Amino acid sequence: MNAPTPNIFAATPLARKKQRREQLARAVFFTMALLLVVPLVLIVTYLVVQAWPVLSWEFLTTNPKRGMRAGGIWSALLGTFYLVGFSLLVAAPIGILAAVYLNEYAKDNWFTRIVNLAVINLAAVPSIVHALFGLGAFVIFFGLGKSILAASLTLAIMTMPVIIASTKEALAAVPQSFREACWNVGATRWQTIRHVVLPNSISGILTGVILQVSRAAGETAPIMFTGAVFFKAIEEGNLFAYGLRDQCMALSMHLFTISTQVPDVPHGLPFATAVVLLGTVLFINALAIILRVWLRSRKKW
Amino acid sequence: MTKRGHREIIVEWLIESVIRLCGISAILFVFGIFFFVFREGGAVLFKDFKFGEFFFSTAWYPSSPSHVRYGTLALLAGTFSVTVLAMVIAIPFGIGAAIFVSEFCGPKLKETLKIVIELLAAIPSVVWGFIGLTVLNPLIIRLFDAPIGLNVLNGGIILALMSVPIIVSIGEDALKAVPDSYREAGLALGATRWQLIYRVLLPAAKNGLLAAGLLGVARAVGETMAVLMATGHAINIPTSLLDPVRTLTATIAAELGEAPVHSDHYRVLFVIGILLFLITTVVNLTADLIVRGVRKK
Repeated sequence: MNAPTPNIFAATPLARKKQRREQLARAVFFTMALLLVVPLVLIVTYLVVQAWPVLSWEFLTTNPKRGMRAGGIWSALLGTFYLVGFSLLVAAPIGILAAVYLNEYAKDNWFTRIVNLAVINLAAVPSIVHALFGLGAFVIFFGLGKSILAASLTLAIMTMPVIIASTKEALAAVPQSFREACWNVGATRWQTIRHVVLPNSISGILTGVILQVSRAAGETAPIMFTGAVFFKAIEEGNLFAYGLRDQCMALSMHLFTISTQVPDVPHGLPFATAVVLLGTVLFINALAIILRVWLRSRKKW
Repeated sequence: MTKRGHREIIVEWLIESVIRLCGISAILFVFGIFFFVFREGGAVLFKDFKFGEFFFSTAWYPSSPSHVRYGTLALLAGTFSVTVLAMVIAIPFGIGAAIFVSEFCGPKLKETLKIVIELLAAIPSVVWGFIGLTVLNPLIIRLFDAPIGLNVLNGGIILALMSVPIIVSIGEDALKAVPDSYREAGLALGATRWQLIYRVLLPAAKNGLLAAGLLGVARAVGETMAVLMATGHAINIPTSLLDPVRTLTATIAAELGEAPVHSDHYRVLFVIGILLFLITTVVNLTADLIVRGVRKK
């Protein structure tokens, strides 16, 4: 019994090699994931640092001045507010009802498949093609001219898939037994939806609506030819300074204009505009995320 | 039947009709988009339109007084080069990140990473363009000693960052769809996680990952503002990464404002729109078919 027994649990060279490879793979994939986080942080920090000297309450509430080389972003900010608001008014009801149809009424057949494909396709149409559509349909064919109305309708159609997708998900998360219980006490289909399905999925629907707002606020191409103008001065401090048939300025378009079209813009101005736009969009998105996390934590079923 | 019953039935019927109408609205919108874009651009297609010149000539002189040319080859090359570069960067990183998120990290980190990726996806394209203009542009000039930093490289990097989120999220879905029993079987045989990924998960999820890549391509091809601002506006076929180019989307955005309504130039821009619509539709439907194929299995 003196001969040393080999320790059968010691790591063999093969096992060590396997372990090393595992570590390596882990490190590589971790770096890849990290490289997605780093740009976001770097970019936001850089933009904010560059914009800091210009950012102020006054910047938000004064019109651009001297050929957009001075002043603030008031008319662009209000314009974006109008565009997003009206596009939401159109997109939210149609989008939510479309999702109700797809989740509650539609049977699993070829027609429903085509509707679903259409929604996917609508989400994938390039923004510039939406712009062409908005120009051809709303501005020219329906005679709305270049106006807030035409631009909002274009934005509404472009962002509707966002609402449809998240509403559908929210509706699908309501357990089938809730519906069955409601039908069993004699409620009709619509009564069931109205009193059981919608109240139980309202937060999910709200998330979709919030995401639509964020998407619409950032878009540039679809409004460029349908209602947004390079420059327009409006009364400062008046929230009702735009009419529906007016053209308006928009934050996204304003950023494009002062960073590419206007020479000799002071360094901080486009940065400040970018930060306001980015801040708005990220803030709205963060709201949606918080809402979703909160919702998941208090789910009853 | 009571009076109340009648009213209820009518209300029910009315509401159901409205819902059905909204339900099929997506179809109407898609056809509407094609119809109205075609309505504006179509006229030029039936008036001795030179398809050969349109696809195979690099001469794009839409507002030349003497010989007007509408050749989109250089624009196609612009879109192609920027998209390919973006995908060369975005697909490995996107799928690598998807693997990390789905296989390596704990639930807390996973949640955080997914939120970051969602925020990355939310950055508006005009802000990306602005970043290309103000951050990448000087960086490329300094690093590569290039005369101008607005080129294929700049646009490619920006587009890669823009299309990575969709690749990660679809890729992660594809990996999640692989049954856990596959993982358990692999682990039971003594495979490390890397061996499991390489030998089991990637082959099992390859269709979903392919779809993720395709959706990234569709995103990159259709992107407008970012490439308009970051690729440098020169119509030529790029021979190196540091050549400026112009894409199909950027051409529409840059010239539509100047083209007189219903002129040939205006209509040709709509024809480019039809082309873009068709490209992204085909790519997306292919991706959808692949994903659906995965789900059926």
